[in-house]
Amino acid sequence: MKVEDLRTVFHTQDGTVHAVNGVSFQVTPGELLGVVGESGSGKSVTMMSLMQLLPSPPAEIVAGEAHYGGHDLLTLELGELQEVRGAGIGFAFQDPMTSLNPVFTIGFQLMEPLRKHLGLSKAEARKRAVELLELVGIPSAADRLNDYPHQFSGGMRQRVMFAIALSCDPKVLIADEPTTALDVTIQAQILELVKSLREKLGMAIVWITHDLGVVAGIADRVMVMYAGHVVEEAPVYELFDNPRHPYTRALLETLPSVDGERTDRLRTISGQPPHLLKPPTACPFAPRCRNAFERCLSENPTLMPVGDAHNVACWLDAPAEREAAE
Amino acid sequence: MNAPAANRADDGEVLVRVEDLCMHFPVLKGILGRQVGVVRAVDGISFDIKPGETLGLVGESGCGKSTAGRTILRLYDATSGRILFKGEDIASLGRSAMRRMRPRMQMIFQDPQACLNPRMTVGSIIAEPLDEHGTLKGEAKRRRVRELLDAVGMNPNFANRYPHEFSGGQRQRIGIARALALDPDFIICDEPIAALDVSIQAQVVNLLEDLQEKLGLTYLFISHDLSMIRHICDRVAVMYLGKIAELAPRDTLYAAPLHPYTKALLSAVPIPDPKAEAGRRRTILQGDVPSPLNPPKGCRFSSRCPVAENKCFEIEPEWREARPGQFVACHLANPD
Repeated sequence: MKVEDLRTVFHTQDGTVHAVNGVSFQVTPGELLGVVGESGSGKSVTMMSLMQLLPSPPAEIVAGEAHYGGHDLLTLELGELQEVRGAGIGFAFQDPMTSLNPVFTIGFQLMEPLRKHLGLSKAEARKRAVELLELVGIPSAADRLNDYPHQFSGGMRQRVMFAIALSCDPKVLIADEPTTALDVTIQAQILELVKSLREKLGMAIVWITHDLGVVAGIADRVMVMYAGHVVEEAPVYELFDNPRHPYTRALLETLPSVDGERTDRLRTISGQPPHLLKPPTACPFAPRCRNAFERCLSENPTLMPVGDAHNVACWLDAPAEREAAE
Repeated sequence: MNAPAANRADDGEVLVRVEDLCMHFPVLKGILGRQVGVVRAVDGISFDIKPGETLGLVGESGCGKSTAGRTILRLYDATSGRILFKGEDIASLGRSAMRRMRPRMQMIFQDPQACLNPRMTVGSIIAEPLDEHGTLKGEAKRRRVRELLDAVGMNPNFANRYPHEFSGGQRQRIGIARALALDPDFIICDEPIAALDVSIQAQVVNLLEDLQEKLGLTYLFISHDLSMIRHICDRVAVMYLGKIAELAPRDTLYAAPLHPYTKALLSAVPIPDPKAEAGRRRTILQGDVPSPLNPPKGCRFSSRCPVAENKCFEIEPEWREARPGQFVACHLANPD
């Protein structure tokens, strides 16, 4: 899947909110791409735009292309889109309590895409549903098909969400903060589950999270988002060893950890994330950046390569500036 | 079960002492409202908090940590147990006596959106405790409000604005200013940063630390975030299903935890470093936290414990001091 220059805006009473400002990225088969950013950084909106899941109005995708299997996802008609949504790209949402329908049984919700997209008969779908629940580690799966979502615990519901997202063997799984609402011990269970699912099924995964710790544990490649921009992307080891963007660095410095040195004082990032009511004309991070200089306030940087598969949107890393510094 | 005496700080004074505190909620059913069960949200916890220290209370959702905090401030009336504040048992105080105690202890809530009245200005929100308990009037009161806003790092001229005009981090600062209004000795912070973004969390935590130093505050810091607890707390209590599993000084707890639950919890926290992550051996706990309506017999943790033996399912472990200052409730915890 390859996304180019995606721009999404929301038309609101107070003006137009520029939520996604020219996001480009790609996911290769079998890869786990971690997307990190704070709330409002546009990470969820990006993914929802791809699947055309945002209500329009207020949302509008003003530019961009998303190539998947020879289609541009953003121009597909509803019918074709539904085919892709079910069978090509699976989506697992953050909050399984609100995204599972409380009045239908788990079995019904699991079997619906199977019958619709794969054309299975009721009995076949039922068999497959049991397999899926077993795959995601739900004990006595066959008996639980007739249970309703509220009869499952938070962690179990998240497993059901994964089972539904995986039901039609997607090539790409988009998981939007799937462990954020869970306790750490349950989160650890889900992370283990995802690792084993990847080994078994080999699909590409886009994992949206705000937790750098989670990303460090599971991702192959990481994309850091801020104010609707991709500010840095790199393979996971490279990103944590050699973060280049001041925002990525600051984020890593501000995090306390359960191991290693304990600092007496946390480093902070001063200020607030920007309001996105105007289209960006300067680097969005400049007002909070320790290293900002004139150019940052007048021009918005684009992604520039700084290493092997490592790209940064920061004027400090522009060739001209680096030469000047040397 | 917890012997209160075993948990006393051996030296120095104590600001808050909690002894065998229980908070049980009845479960009622039917039109007659008959009691059919009891949720043992907090089931016999004991600890001391020394003046000027920060005690952390960690645990997963539903372990009773917030209920414990609220019970200590008597937002709930405890089922049993004692809460000694400067030596006085506030669990048994009458209404008017309790009201006189209230200014000494305050709370900072998790959700700054929900705990600020949207129809009141920031100034009147912060002045409300002054109206209730204070003697300040007119100009003196306004001055105090400005002083408080300044203390939490906000522009004093914001007093006339409304909560919706502020971001989450700023709203949390307003909540903190309100808690400080009456010069309390003791503040319970109930997940004060859980609803904030990482870059804002650090700002609020640093503010809480600065205020503690400047005003000599004592905190009970309730959180599920073990990394943040490690940063801010002097001692840490780990709760599981209404009981404290382990209580120890911060460095001991993180370097040499004794309770299997503490160990599992620590191993489950993701570390923002892929190398450390790759080399880690995780203890993955099976299953979910049991219902506090019907906690397991014997040790509360026995149903998920990776090392449980027969006696763990039968006998409840006693609360003992395994190492100096490190208390644990586990049959198998062996400090050597």
